[in-house]
Amino acid sequence: MTTTAVNINVIEPNPGVIPAVLECRDLSKVYPMPKGQTYPVLENLQLSIRQGEFISIIGHSGCGKSTLLSMISGLNSISGGSILLNGAPIKGPGPDRGVIFQSPSLLPWMSALDNVLLGVNQVFSHESKLTRHDIAAYYLSRVGLEDALNKKAKDLSQGMQQRVGIARAFAIKPAILLLDEPFGMLDSLTRAELQDILLEVWNREKITAVMVTHDVDEAIFLSDRVIMMTSGPRAQIGDVLNIHLERPRERREVLEHPDFYDYRGHLIAFLEG
Amino acid sequence: MLQLKNIHKSYGEGLQRTEVLHNINLDLNEGEFVAIVGYSGSGKTTLVKLLAGLIAPDQGEVLFKGQKVNGPGHERGMVFQNYSLLPWLSVFKNIDLGVAQVFPHWNKTQREEHVMRYIHMVNLSQAIHQHPAELSGGMRQRVAVARALAMEPEVLLMDEPLSALDALTRAKLQEEILKIWNENRRTALLITNDVDEGILMADRIIPLNPGPNATLGPGFKVDIERPRVKTQLNQMPEFKRLRNDIIEYLLDTGAESKRNQQVVEERLLPDARPVLRKSAFSLAFR
Repeated sequence: MTTTAVNINVIEPNPGVIPAVLECRDLSKVYPMPKGQTYPVLENLQLSIRQGEFISIIGHSGCGKSTLLSMISGLNSISGGSILLNGAPIKGPGPDRGVIFQSPSLLPWMSALDNVLLGVNQVFSHESKLTRHDIAAYYLSRVGLEDALNKKAKDLSQGMQQRVGIARAFAIKPAILLLDEPFGMLDSLTRAELQDILLEVWNREKITAVMVTHDVDEAIFLSDRVIMMTSGPRAQIGDVLNIHLERPRERREVLEHPDFYDYRGHLIAFLEG
Repeated sequence: MLQLKNIHKSYGEGLQRTEVLHNINLDLNEGEFVAIVGYSGSGKTTLVKLLAGLIAPDQGEVLFKGQKVNGPGHERGMVFQNYSLLPWLSVFKNIDLGVAQVFPHWNKTQREEHVMRYIHMVNLSQAIHQHPAELSGGMRQRVAVARALAMEPEVLLMDEPLSALDALTRAKLQEEILKIWNENRRTALLITNDVDEGILMADRIIPLNPGPNATLGPGFKVDIERPRVKTQLNQMPEFKRLRNDIIEYLLDTGAESKRNQQVVEERLLPDARPVLRKSAFSLAFR
């Protein structure tokens, strides 16, 4: 396994040009175990993400990628080091970070529109009711749910629920978007469809994004940088792959790109190694 | 060996009636490994249930070695996505149940030897007396595979057997199933939504076009020597070409079926900026 690359420069490849939105410094996470022992999941992780960058994190189950994401979202406490969002330390969850979870996590008794409005009403409380409605409806229509605005979440298929999840996260105009295996529960073909939708919405706003995924193709298709985590305990960044594919990306062009299968080979070799 | 001839299948009554499968023709040759790839909801499970004889077609025929199929039979072994084990029986007994049906004239020792051989084959020797609830998803699916194989079927039908498993377990089981298949090259049909899985395992890949009225697409022959290794496949020009062809075919047919449903009404995004207040939300988590 390529664990030797710990000193790879993931801290601002081009300092000063584009400011870092998110910075993890010496970040550590320790979970308590029964009998008073501790389990160090992450140790001294350094990561800096620039404005408008789309980053993917891949690694095996249990390597701590979801732990990292939940700490950035503020849902999980930090054991050591710090996470800075636009220079300020993270102190809990907030609407400046939009999260798309693996399971859609909607309120089942509410309509698609109301689910999105829940967040929109919070961050656009100074705007009129009509404006807020239009924001929510805009994103739902972008993800292809124009016909399902008033359907209850529980009546939607899993793929459609996940679309609502995407709309909800974008609609609050977060400083950073956090995606935790957003399409992991969908079959690979529905997954491709939703990746296209996500990318289409993302292309318009270029919100800085961090995504955890198992899917090598998904990581290449969506990201500017893929971060490969070593297996825990004491997981670290093992390797980094820059994806130099032009945007906007079209799946067919990406598949036919001469570098695509080299990128893919690099990531598969890391995971299987 | 196993054939579908002009199969039509619908569900529902009256106005609710939708045709799931439309004029399906399929020929499984002896010793061939075929993968059917398709979107969820396209009728893949209906297709495999027809082959297994668990449901009957509205029109057309299912033929096994030229004989009409009228119900399930042990010559067609089946592996389900949700494992379908009997929770109150141990691993051994789950497998023995089928063996006793197929080989009623065997005595207990003969059966035991036979069952144990298949348990070894799927690397479950440590778990013979455990019950399904005590096993992980991957182990349960191993039991289901062993159960199907122990009945020595002439055709093995697998309905998305690995879809519910995580990537690592999935890769491991793909390898195991291939290794076992390689020993006697039984006729096999794999339903999957994963193109890579299809290319890794099958001799021929047939897309099932999105339903309703699903039809089968053109077959893609996988001309890659076995054993196939994932990391090596990725570098092969033949793999890249085939993979792209199949993915693009699926994308095309998927887009086509969506085109009719799409509403073209462009909404405009209001120009508004979010305000972040120290809300009760962040206070609660302090």
